[in-house]
Amino acid sequence: MEQKTKIKAEDGKQDLMITREFDLPLELLFKAYAEAGIIEQWMGTKVLKLESKKRGSYQFETTDEKGNAVFEANGVIHELVPNQKIIRTFEMGNTPFGVQLEIYRFEKLSDDTSKLEMHVIYESTEQRDQVLKLPFAQGINMAHNRLQEIVSKLK
Amino acid sequence: MNLRRDVFQAIADPTRRAILLLVASQSMTAGAIAANFETARPTVSKHLQILTECELLQQEQNGREIYYHINAAKMKEVADFIAPFRKMWDDRFNKLESVMKKYKIK
Repeated sequence: MEQKTKIKAEDGKQDLMITREFDLPLELLFKAYAEAGIIEQWMGTKVLKLESKKRGSYQFETTDEKGNAVFEANGVIHELVPNQKIIRTFEMGNTPFGVQLEIYRFEKLSDDTSKLEMHVIYESTEQRDQVLKLPFAQGINMAHNRLQEIVSKLK
Repeated sequence: MNLRRDVFQAIADPTRRAILLLVASQSMTAGAIAANFETARPTVSKHLQILTECELLQQEQNGREIYYHINAAKMKEVADFIAPFRKMWDDRFNKLESVMKKYKIK
């Protein structure tokens, strides 16, 4: 299947741009980012906290069968304009990837289609490149859990 | 005869990919790298040797310790790292789209 997601990451820069067009009305696309119950469904993570408003904050957590946290992410929301824009920080717990600034722009294309532009700014070029390389390294054969173990040991 | 290592062969091995992931975050000694694997230490050393021979890793002497770090230029040659990253996001957004399509029907 063709990949609808476009990634722009220029050499030597500390940011990247992710864009995607959806077969969804703008309001539904925005809702997918603003409501905890919906985020849980598509991100596959628990939403411990989500205040979808200016100066709100959020926290996600995924646990394994034993209840150990294998993924934790949190951040604060700096700006939230319904159906237009979210600016927030994002930090993955227990990793060396630092804090990233995320600027989401939501745009209506037609009554049934919409576009998301996600601008992510990292603390440094090195950190951006590390995050970019993660899925590559997580590669084909390694069990997901094993990698979570490795990553959690990096702290 | 000293055989030139093929970089693609080097990254085809899951343990070696995991080593690259580890070292991508910070330079590490062989001992620190080996501590992350259940594999025997000599096996990890062999992997490090292969990765160094094909220049994906570089060694750096720091006092009495030898640290391994990623050779970014070589990594760039090897593969388009963005491809798996894009796939991850594409899968995630596909999920979002299918979840919201069902939501619409409700």
